[in-house]
Amino acid sequence: MIEFTDIYKNYGDKQALKGISFNVEAGEILGFLGPNGAGKSTALNILTGYLSASAGTAKVDGIDILENPIEAKKLIGFLPELPPLYLDMTVKEYLYFVYELKKCRLPKKQHINEICEVVKINHVLNRVIKNLSKGYRQRVGIAQSLIGNPKVLVFDEPTVGLDPKQIIEIRNLIKFLGKEHTIILSSHILPEVQQVCSRIVVINEGQIVANERTEDLIKAVEGPMKQIAKIVGPETEVLKALRELPGVKYCEILGKQDTDSVSYLIESEERIDIRKALFHSLASKGYPLIGLEGMELSLEDIFVRLVTKKQEAEKKKKTIAEQRRAN
Amino acid sequence: MGAIYKRELKSYFVSPLGYIFMANFLAISGLIFSICTLQKQEKSSVSAYFLYLLIAFAILLPLLTMKSLSEERKTKTEQLLMTAPISISGMIFGKYFAALTVFAGTLAINSLNFILLGIYGSPNVPLIAANVLCLFFVGALFLAIGIFFSSLTEDALISALTSMDVIFALFAFSFFAQGIEIKWLKTLIQWFSVLDRYTPFMNGQLDITSIIYFVSFAGVFLFLAVRVYERRRWA
Repeated sequence: MIEFTDIYKNYGDKQALKGISFNVEAGEILGFLGPNGAGKSTALNILTGYLSASAGTAKVDGIDILENPIEAKKLIGFLPELPPLYLDMTVKEYLYFVYELKKCRLPKKQHINEICEVVKINHVLNRVIKNLSKGYRQRVGIAQSLIGNPKVLVFDEPTVGLDPKQIIEIRNLIKFLGKEHTIILSSHILPEVQQVCSRIVVINEGQIVANERTEDLIKAVEGPMKQIAKIVGPETEVLKALRELPGVKYCEILGKQDTDSVSYLIESEERIDIRKALFHSLASKGYPLIGLEGMELSLEDIFVRLVTKKQEAEKKKKTIAEQRRAN
Repeated sequence: MGAIYKRELKSYFVSPLGYIFMANFLAISGLIFSICTLQKQEKSSVSAYFLYLLIAFAILLPLLTMKSLSEERKTKTEQLLMTAPISISGMIFGKYFAALTVFAGTLAINSLNFILLGIYGSPNVPLIAANVLCLFFVGALFLAIGIFFSSLTEDALISALTSMDVIFALFAFSFFAQGIEIKWLKTLIQWFSVLDRYTPFMNGQLDITSIIYFVSFAGVFLFLAVRVYERRRWA
């Protein structure tokens, strides 16, 4: 459905995209993951025709966005990072305007009512957009992207700035929309794309670092698991007991949390879950475990791991090639 | 283009901008009109009224277009327009025609002034008609200049001020030309001068070449605005 081939984008001397390529199949929800400034928005802006690539081709359903922009744009619904809303309009006026702008031919009233039901904005239709909360503005932004029932939906950081409840609602909405549309969801939060997307493309400094199925990517970045445990008991003995646990790679005291308990950082070997063993060991010694929380990988951790793995794989390839040449 | 035209036209009257423009236009025009034609004097001068109104356009018309594109850029709503299945020229012309409609409507209301002349005197109708027609075309040019400068910046004030500068420069060409003795240079500068192009209308002549000049010059500025957007996509 989407073919992104060898795309370069230069802003003056700065190269924002360095030849990125990826495809998205029909019906797929693709996560586009990367830190701020990685080139995510630039790539999406090229795909939607807002920007032109310095080199390379972007196609939607076989239509080149540069050669036939109007036809290609008919197939895309785009929600940029900042929803493009006219704050002086009511929600209804705005959606009717977008309907006309997109030259939509579906039955106007029925189509817009259906969209409003899906994104749950029927009760704010007559309100002026500037008076809506950020969550509702985001919903109106999603609603405008759905007008014309485009095959492809592109959402650039749709949950930024929302509260946790709104984030869950928007995620569920995207999952629901994924049943009928091909979706690209850009984000800088791994758990977000992990929950919604079937495949993830990771981009960093204008280059693709990984392009894998979500499960494979999660396995690929799995490394030592870090946990923080709150335990009541004498520090040295507890520390000794923790270090003796099978699978524990590293352990240190983080500090006293309250009068009783002490926090410990426990790092275990790759893919080893120490939680049950930890509980039994501490229980048998009479040291109550009063809290245990896992530390999620930061995006920086993920990049370091992905880049290291990529470099290792390239090194291996080089060594094999050199050995073959020597033979 | 139709959707953008309608939205833009409506936006002039959702915000105070449209009303302020019309009120200022009619107030300034009314003041000039009463000074030039209704005061007790030896001879009333409709031509002087049109000339002063033309100069007032240099300040009034950029106010109408100052936000047309700059505001879209500032609020990022241009992303909606540029990713919609419409051409850039459709977007620019939609904005331009909306401003032109507000201006033409105000000019039409302003023409009610001439009924007073009909009541109290015997006006030269062809002269007035030729001048009103010319004012429309000059306004069309000034609005195109305003649209072009609005495409260059996201600051509405800068857009308005630079448009005013260029419009005053087009007026000033007439005075530059007077001091130049090289014939071809003088002709060239006069060709670009709005005041020189306007002179035949002040004498009641309908000069088609001047109308072509105003329309084609407006076309050049609108084309440049389209190029600004196309270039920005590649930048």
